[in-house]
Amino acid sequence: MNDSLRADRVRRFISTLNQACELGLNVESAAEGELILRLPYSDQIVGNPDTGVIHGGAITTLMDTASGSVIMCALDDFELCPTLDLRVDYMRPAEPHRPVFARAQTYKITRNIIFTRCEAYQDTGETIANCVGTFMRIGKEATPKAYRDLITGGEDDQS
Amino acid sequence: MTSPEILKYTQQTGDFSRMLESIPYARFIGLECDQFGDDLIFRLPRKEQNLGNPILPAIHGGVIGGFMELSAVIYLMMAQEALRMPRIVDFSLDYLRAGLDRETFAECQLTRQGNRVANVMITAWQKSRSQPIATARAHFLLED
Repeated sequence: MNDSLRADRVRRFISTLNQACELGLNVESAAEGELILRLPYSDQIVGNPDTGVIHGGAITTLMDTASGSVIMCALDDFELCPTLDLRVDYMRPAEPHRPVFARAQTYKITRNIIFTRCEAYQDTGETIANCVGTFMRIGKEATPKAYRDLITGGEDDQS
Repeated sequence: MTSPEILKYTQQTGDFSRMLESIPYARFIGLECDQFGDDLIFRLPRKEQNLGNPILPAIHGGVIGGFMELSAVIYLMMAQEALRMPRIVDFSLDYLRAGLDRETFAECQLTRQGNRVANVMITAWQKSRSQPIATARAHFLLED
């Protein structure tokens, strides 16, 4: 699978997640086991209007989405993997009026569990937050075929 | 932002509308809060825009996290006499069950409050309190 196929899968997947659409998340780049998503700035997701700083909850959703979607960039077949846990460390508040990026990686894949890490940062180069996550593999059969085909564009299940 | 005046009003009246109005992200996900004596119960009413997994369908895990995180912030503000804005340091979240497309509740517990750092535990549930959908703990820095 090449990188543009990976990016397409993630784009189609994210377009089925209402909250990700609501936040305006989009794919910056995809590679094997690595994915970068972008969260645009918006007044709606601010925690404190005096400072204009985005609420941590929106950063959590960005990182959860990136960590869950990078799995699609690591596995050939599409599997929906529920999140077991997330641990987020907040380094500094995001600077207002700038997008936040999340770079997620799968760093260990086992039969049952996928381990991810993710960094949220801005174009100034500053790290906003770090996150590690674990995801459970419930098998591709746990997801209806119609939905798998929607994400893969029907080119899955060949292997 | 939540001002000292809004905090005082909320503490005296138990009416959270002004406080929630002052936090855009609270409106974005639709967070509500009710006070029962000294206890606070946070509510996330059903909202289509909060969904993630469209198959179940289920609330996006990040929204559940954001809901619990913001609940802890409000809980900490309410627990103090003067307004000190809690700044989140870290957040550790365990997902126990899928958060289905229905109303979600959360309650918080102050595990330890030091001079500058507070540790809060948060539990979220839907149909039954004895079957939580997620538990979390968070550290906050309290700033004067």
